[in-house]
Amino acid sequence: MMDQTVASPADIAGSLRHIRADFPILSQKVHGKDLVFLDSAASAQKPRQVIDAMADTMRTQYANIHRGLYWMSERTTEAYEAVRDQVAAFLGAGAREEIVFTRNSTEAINLVAHSFGSLLKPGQVVLVSEMEHHANLVPWQMLRDRTGIELRVTPITDDGALDMDALARNLSDGRVALVAITHMSNVLGTITDARAIADMAHAAGAKVLFDGSQLAVHRRVDVRALDADFYVVTGHKLYGPTGIGVLWARREILEAMPPFLGGGDMISTVSFERSTWASVPHKFEAGTPAIIETIGLGAALAYIESIGFDAIGAHEEALTAHALKALGNVSGLKVIGTAPDRGGVISFTMDDVHPHDIATLLDRNGIAVRAGHHCAEPLMRRLGVSATARASFGIYTTPEEIDFLAATLEQIRGFFV
Amino acid sequence: MAQDDLYRTVVLERARAPRYSGPLAGAQMRGEGSNPLCGDRVRLQASVDAQGRVAALRHETRGCAICAASADLMAERVTGQDRARISQLHADLATAVETGMAPEGLDELSAFAPLHRHRSRIRCAMLPWSALVEMLNDDKDR
Repeated sequence: MMDQTVASPADIAGSLRHIRADFPILSQKVHGKDLVFLDSAASAQKPRQVIDAMADTMRTQYANIHRGLYWMSERTTEAYEAVRDQVAAFLGAGAREEIVFTRNSTEAINLVAHSFGSLLKPGQVVLVSEMEHHANLVPWQMLRDRTGIELRVTPITDDGALDMDALARNLSDGRVALVAITHMSNVLGTITDARAIADMAHAAGAKVLFDGSQLAVHRRVDVRALDADFYVVTGHKLYGPTGIGVLWARREILEAMPPFLGGGDMISTVSFERSTWASVPHKFEAGTPAIIETIGLGAALAYIESIGFDAIGAHEEALTAHALKALGNVSGLKVIGTAPDRGGVISFTMDDVHPHDIATLLDRNGIAVRAGHHCAEPLMRRLGVSATARASFGIYTTPEEIDFLAATLEQIRGFFV
Repeated sequence: MAQDDLYRTVVLERARAPRYSGPLAGAQMRGEGSNPLCGDRVRLQASVDAQGRVAALRHETRGCAICAASADLMAERVTGQDRARISQLHADLATAVETGMAPEGLDELSAFAPLHRHRSRIRCAMLPWSALVEMLNDDKDR
């Protein structure tokens, strides 16, 4: 791992070699070609530091946590709970008790919809945007159908930014209890102005939840500077394992919320007549958690911090600018989403060539991209497309890979048109 | 660029310039199949003769090249065939895309056999056929 430094583009070019060497999968061949992995927005690859941390735990000290009175259980409990401190620091949380471990972002949002949602009254409003992932839409539809709240959708502008005037109008009747909006679109790459959204929500008496699944990979999150009330992230996009995600929420909100799932670990006392709940965050963590995955997440966060968001941000900004230029030169290619503040997630169409055909032919050349509706069907309808292809970048992505993508796309187009 | 024998000339040609697309005047049956995972959709219109054979079939396909070409080649191939033969062709195509080996008599439809290496795309080629079989079965039930 490297020391944390403020990196210049030249530094990053040099350190890219080291970073790539940390990811064993990048030396794999696909169909006899070098793997060009451009689907990190779906799930990022894992550095050996994460793989080793998980394997070492299982090899040397694995036991269940929070209950064993023996050495192994105590060591594993310490390792597990240390990750809570790491996550708290990573997100700028005020206290470790504000970090709730979940399975992923989807489960974190479902937790809020179920638990905070149960405090809402019919007629109150949950406000989402037109560019939400299904994970930040469907739980609210289910809450609406259970409780009679209203679900309101704030549109995006044609370039793929959140329509802030429409947001203000949607907040103006004072009935909005929660604004739940992505911090970075998984389709458009748009980064929303979270602080401005939080200020508007609070002025209207609403709480605010940000889906940080994409953003937390690319930029430093500071939940207190954003003045957020809820923030969710998922481990597997952060170069960590699957099966571990995080809900951050203000302590007083978590304390007011009823539990989500019932079972072991989330109780204080249990009798056949009634039970009382553990204090936060354990009230929301029923059952044996994803111990190994949580330790893997800790290794992933340490890895990210060792590179530092200055370097990550500079690398990504350079890559995205390079990609927009290179892809813009491909005949017939149209980038979907041109918001001014955007990250390294680029959706595109290419003439009438179907995105699935693009993806299959790229795959034959070792290039992995996503194609489809990206779990954002309402957004696809808004954009007037049934599917897009999407290239997304990680800390290991190189400009040469993007050039190869652009050249291969040009050849694919020649094949169809 | 690494090519793929999946995208053979016949597949590209039929996707680009289908011969059996559009509505069918005097259609007696209508069917539709869609794949919610990718948004592909095939609409079918058919007429049958007195012996129960498909007299004419037209498709309107919104989808990838594999799906569009499969619909067009299907329309050509099943014209004049009865339900039993169509079921056999459907089964033979399923075998071809699962195993990569085309049963005898599949002819041009064997162009889809390389799908066995692209398992996530098998449903693209099979969608028109499942829509057709469903449409014919629905008609039989009436």
